[in-house]
Amino acid sequence: MTTLLNVKDLRAYYGQVQALHGLTFSLNEGSLTTLLGANGAGKTTTLRAICNMVRSTGAIEFDGQPLGSRSTENIVRLGIAHVPQGRGTFTAMTVEENLQLGAITRTDKAGIVADIERMYAYFPVLKQRYSQQAGTLSGGEQQMLAVARALMLRPRLMLLDEPSFGLAPLVVRDLFKILGKINREEKVSILVVEQNAQLALELADHAYVIETGRIVMSGSAKEIASNEDVRKSYLGY
Amino acid sequence: MELFINQILAGISTGAIYACMALAVVMIYQAIDHLNFAQGEMAMFSTFISWQLMQWGMPYWAAFFITIALSFAGGIAIERVMFKPLAKAPILTNVAGFIALYSIINSSAGLIWDFTIKQYPTPFGSAPFLGSQLISTHQAGMIGVTILLLIGLYAFFRYTRVGLAMRAAASLPESARLVGINTSWMIALGWGMAAAIGSIAGMMIAPVVFLEPNMMLGVLIYGFAAAVLGGLTSPFGAVIGGFLVGIFENLAGTYIPGIGNELKLPIALALIISVLVVKPAGLFGRPIVKRV
Repeated sequence: MTTLLNVKDLRAYYGQVQALHGLTFSLNEGSLTTLLGANGAGKTTTLRAICNMVRSTGAIEFDGQPLGSRSTENIVRLGIAHVPQGRGTFTAMTVEENLQLGAITRTDKAGIVADIERMYAYFPVLKQRYSQQAGTLSGGEQQMLAVARALMLRPRLMLLDEPSFGLAPLVVRDLFKILGKINREEKVSILVVEQNAQLALELADHAYVIETGRIVMSGSAKEIASNEDVRKSYLGY
Repeated sequence: MELFINQILAGISTGAIYACMALAVVMIYQAIDHLNFAQGEMAMFSTFISWQLMQWGMPYWAAFFITIALSFAGGIAIERVMFKPLAKAPILTNVAGFIALYSIINSSAGLIWDFTIKQYPTPFGSAPFLGSQLISTHQAGMIGVTILLLIGLYAFFRYTRVGLAMRAAASLPESARLVGINTSWMIALGWGMAAAIGSIAGMMIAPVVFLEPNMMLGVLIYGFAAAVLGGLTSPFGAVIGGFLVGIFENLAGTYIPGIGNELKLPIALALIISVLVVKPAGLFGRPIVKRV
């Protein structure tokens, strides 16, 4: 298996405050990897550092290519779609405009039209609401829209920041099922940050645990799920 | 009654110009959250360029469109050179930048073309429009050009991908970058378009106020009043605000005793203050709410 994302000795800073203290991890092509950790451990910062949205040092390679000091939009254009915390929905625009924005860097008109239909097949509720302002959607619908918008890029890697946040348990189940399907069928590699460790470990094939800006554990999702410490700290039984 | 209708129509025609200026101000405000105090001077300088082209023998409409293109490029250049480096600077630094730009453009125009008042041609003529005494052909032309411009802008923002990307960059810059939009260039494009819209306003109003370096001062204040009245966050509101301010200005000048021509400008300022006190978001703007 080839490595798609390789992160070495990543350190990130908010002003004077250091949030990541030398993070090293990698993600294989086709994998669905999860980053677990408590509040403030540095999960969101890790995703933001990959997209150069926070000041950082260290080496990040995507598909063998160093990202260096590329701007956020140029990193996205390489095929890294980022669904940020809070979803980043364009609330004043319609659902369909949000999907079109996801594909704004693409030039294949026919492909974009076909992909919008594909998204409506994944998320039928979006089709019902296509002309509605995105801000009027429920939290779960907005999360689906955010995932669909990210997929419109035809990404090779999707970064998801707490997709379960604020959603009802049943909605989360549905969403995760679709994420698994996207990972298998569309061959999109996924790096998902989650507080809902149980669900994330059921879905993922690989997992890392972060504590105060460092990786403290890594392994297959099964190994991590059966680890005594992880069970006590993150799964709660 | 005829006087009343006449004043309303005259108000709509100057209001069209205020609407353009308000729209230019709102476009830059949406992109960088600052009011461009130099918007009027940029428009004035563009108007001088078109005048110079005509002096060199170019026909009106050729000069008109070349000036729009040059203004577009000039707006982008100003953003790249002056305001891109100030993007993260505090608000007062930006205000100082706008005032500097104002006086640089104003003085340069005076230096190049001097401060004497010049006649500026109208492509529409100044005969009564369709034989009616209510409105002149130039006034009708001003309204017509503005309406065409507004329709064009609406179609651009509503139906083109660049327009969609510009709207996205203005509403949520971070999300826009995350779908791969180069937000920095979208801001530059906004400046270019604002400069082009301003140049149209300048060339349309010049036959009325005559060409000289301070010609846009009053117009810009009415433009600000229009933008504030309609709401700084709403391009649609800015346009409606422009027409309302134009009508209001004319009616007040005609019917309120003692106002006349001299006191028309303070009316615009009074309007700005009243709107800010009573309804700070304007008629169509949405209040900016932040969750804390």
